[in-house]
Amino acid sequence: MNTRDKFSELSGVQRRHFLQATAGGLSLAVGLGGEVWAQGVVKKYGADSMPGGTVDNPLVFVSIAPDGLVTILAHRAEMGTGVRTSLPMVVADEMEARWDRVKVVQADSDEARFGNQNVDGSRSVRHFFVPMRRVGAAARQMLEAAAAARWGVPVGQVRAMQHEVLHTPSGRRLGYGELAAEAAKQPVPKGEALKLKSPKDFRYIGKGQVRVVDLQDIGRGKALYGIDARQPDMVFAVVARAPVVGAKVRTVTGREKALAVPGVLKLVDIPAYSGAPVFQPLGGVAVVARNTWAAMQGRAALQIEWDDGPNGSYDSVQYRKTLEAAARAPGKMLRNDGDALDAWKGAPEGRRVQAEYYIPHLAHASMEPPSATARVSADKAEIWTSVQNPHAARDGAAKALGLKLEQVTLHNLLLGGAFGRKSKPDYVTEAVLVAKTMEGRPVKLTWTREDDIHADYLHTVSVEHLEAVLGADGMPQSWLHRTVAPTISSLFQQGAMGEGPSEVGMTAINVPFVIPNVRIETGDVPAHTRIGWFRSVFNIPHAFAVQCFVAELAKAAGRDHKEYLLALIGPPRKINPTTLGDSWNYTESPERYPIDTGRMRDVVEAAARGARWGRKLPKGHGLGLAFAYSFMSYTATVVEVAVNDKGEVHVVAVDMALDCGPQVNPERIRAQMQGGAIMGLSLALMSEITFEKGRVQQGNFNDYVVMRHYEAPRTIRTHLVNDNIDVPPGGVGEPPVPPVAPALANAIFAATGKRMRDLPIRQVV
Amino acid sequence: MVRFTLNQQTQDVQSAPETPLLWVLRDELGLTGTKFGCGMALCGACTVYLDGEAVRACTTPLSAVSGKAVTTVEALENDRVGRAVQQAWVETSVAQCGYCQAGQIMSAVALLKATPKPTDEQIDEGMSGNICRCGTYVRIREAVKLASGRLAGGARS
Repeated sequence: MNTRDKFSELSGVQRRHFLQATAGGLSLAVGLGGEVWAQGVVKKYGADSMPGGTVDNPLVFVSIAPDGLVTILAHRAEMGTGVRTSLPMVVADEMEARWDRVKVVQADSDEARFGNQNVDGSRSVRHFFVPMRRVGAAARQMLEAAAAARWGVPVGQVRAMQHEVLHTPSGRRLGYGELAAEAAKQPVPKGEALKLKSPKDFRYIGKGQVRVVDLQDIGRGKALYGIDARQPDMVFAVVARAPVVGAKVRTVTGREKALAVPGVLKLVDIPAYSGAPVFQPLGGVAVVARNTWAAMQGRAALQIEWDDGPNGSYDSVQYRKTLEAAARAPGKMLRNDGDALDAWKGAPEGRRVQAEYYIPHLAHASMEPPSATARVSADKAEIWTSVQNPHAARDGAAKALGLKLEQVTLHNLLLGGAFGRKSKPDYVTEAVLVAKTMEGRPVKLTWTREDDIHADYLHTVSVEHLEAVLGADGMPQSWLHRTVAPTISSLFQQGAMGEGPSEVGMTAINVPFVIPNVRIETGDVPAHTRIGWFRSVFNIPHAFAVQCFVAELAKAAGRDHKEYLLALIGPPRKINPTTLGDSWNYTESPERYPIDTGRMRDVVEAAARGARWGRKLPKGHGLGLAFAYSFMSYTATVVEVAVNDKGEVHVVAVDMALDCGPQVNPERIRAQMQGGAIMGLSLALMSEITFEKGRVQQGNFNDYVVMRHYEAPRTIRTHLVNDNIDVPPGGVGEPPVPPVAPALANAIFAATGKRMRDLPIRQVV
Repeated sequence: MVRFTLNQQTQDVQSAPETPLLWVLRDELGLTGTKFGCGMALCGACTVYLDGEAVRACTTPLSAVSGKAVTTVEALENDRVGRAVQQAWVETSVAQCGYCQAGQIMSAVALLKATPKPTDEQIDEGMSGNICRCGTYVRIREAVKLASGRLAGGARS
């Protein structure tokens, strides 16, 4: 199939009728985790709390052609986790479709029709495993009902199996293609009538034998990412964008010079945003040209003087002092069990331990920079792009153009990495604003790597201050964690300060340790840039601090780190997170998703076993351990490092254990664990974004350093723990990241006796 | 006008001679398999062959390909080593997001043509110009070794 065909398919296929019936708009709220409050108000959790909720109507997701080809819509975008394969695979398994007769088609943006489409927060399998099982099971039962009706036999005598329905007593068979039209007219089974498969009958779920659907195309350069969109008569654009968040254009010179660059067609002013940044463009001047290179040359000819505004003095060296000052002064108390302050005051010097950790800003730097293609006319817009949150992108485009949501179509292509960056569709709004001036001519707007790093929604920057008092047995009697970082809320509310529930809920407030006095505080510091979600978000600084500090306490107590950590976690038990002051719990029900310390212990044991914890190591080697609980999944990591005489750190091996509940596609889970290990090592060892005069100081992979092949460990052992379909699913994309950096720092300490409290470690200690 | 051979066909291009080959391929000729990642020859996503040598298209001006032969990932399956590497990449399920993988595969093919049985150190050397942000390095190494073994065995894939 050539590129043109693929694009016409993108626009055309969804107008076909699924199962050849009209979609009745049946949208069953999946009855998971709703809790009736005393006032009769139902507090919504999980998928039900997300815009669009879930849809489990087979008529929306499945169509069967007369030749039996089953088309399944993937309504969640693919950014590398494999979900574009995994969720359709769940449907296919439940409906007894043969995977080699299944075609996956990406759904356009339409949350009213498909349910929530925001691939952020490690939620795709967590929220859609069960709804997609229902889709497949309902389709299977409708096919069975159609066959029974055709044969005039009781439905109990027929059974769907591998793309056919079998009449068991007679051995007669009908293929899915022959039944499709009649099946679509059958009522959609729901409630008690809907029969999910017994897990022992799964053919694909949990087996890890299904390869991702795009694999062949990727290797041949034929897979289409947002940046690959092509439309007839298309022109190309880049933007000279505000270099400081909140800066406004004062003067522009060189417009004529820019327009004189061969190939440059037009300059389009993009206004600076007002109010909170949200997902609005930063503003600047777009250059439209016959190709991207010409647009870049036109941009280079422009000289823009900026009014930097209040963020123009943002400076990372100074800001660290601001963070440290806040981290050393009393903060806003968020959790207070017992009296940690009193315990500290009363403790002898020798029993006190304190430490402070620094974790810098990080850029996502997905290999595909942001890009969007748009065609805009007076009453409609069509967009081709790669976004994590297609609804937000479409909504932002509609508002910017003064159109209704229904007047904007958004085709979501493959995402060439995202890691949280592509949840913020400022680049899509830029593209439609430029396309609006082009009289219906499509415009592809591309960010260069420098644009991407200069104008990212960065991972926060943080100082974590911890204090503990050890008892006579070496175990902590008190624990104080004061976490200070600019908050993501500042993106949505100007001037917001202090970490909110969703931030401290990531490994700060919800530490489940057996300690009588626990105090968690946050400090107020202003944000001077756009703070966004980065894969595993606030778990990065919090887990780094907490898991390094536990190792420091074990050292102070003269105990083995692993035994000490297990003692802190305590015996297997289920903790309601609200009892730890965590009101957020990743939006999940605290009853349905308690913190299970047994599962925590299991991953620690599995990682330690994998790495043969306690073995005698060669000179200069060290093993370091850490665990994290994030996105309803349990992870532990052991890193083995070798540090040579020059202090150069070499990562020898990583063992990672994960318990994510049911394992839908174990092979892809292992891939996420391997990738999470690399991303965790990368941020621990080398990556840092700094500011001077309000401007990001890095611009490309020469100064924003990420891990390369020769620096990566040759061995990453993955250990999947407790495959359990009876617990609700946990996330997979993000949980592998948080334990890696602290495990590495703990390994360096084990190898050298040097304690790394600042990231990045920079490879030489 | 610049004339060169692109995937074994003669190609005439009107773009300015200083235009990097990357943008000629992607924007003018519609060959989007060659990816933009950095624009500074730092990430390898745009790797193509120029008269058989692996080069970064983002820093290769159009003028430099005049009269020469350019091969992109779209034509890789015409090559025995290319097919073996593509197949190994599939069997190892290397890709996550997959964006960098066309460039990784182009570099791996170049490596195996120069060094049919690479050591781990030679794999490091041959592949370290290509960044993968998803972190697929362990599987890339595995796939290179798989392809190397297959090719040494004389198997045609």
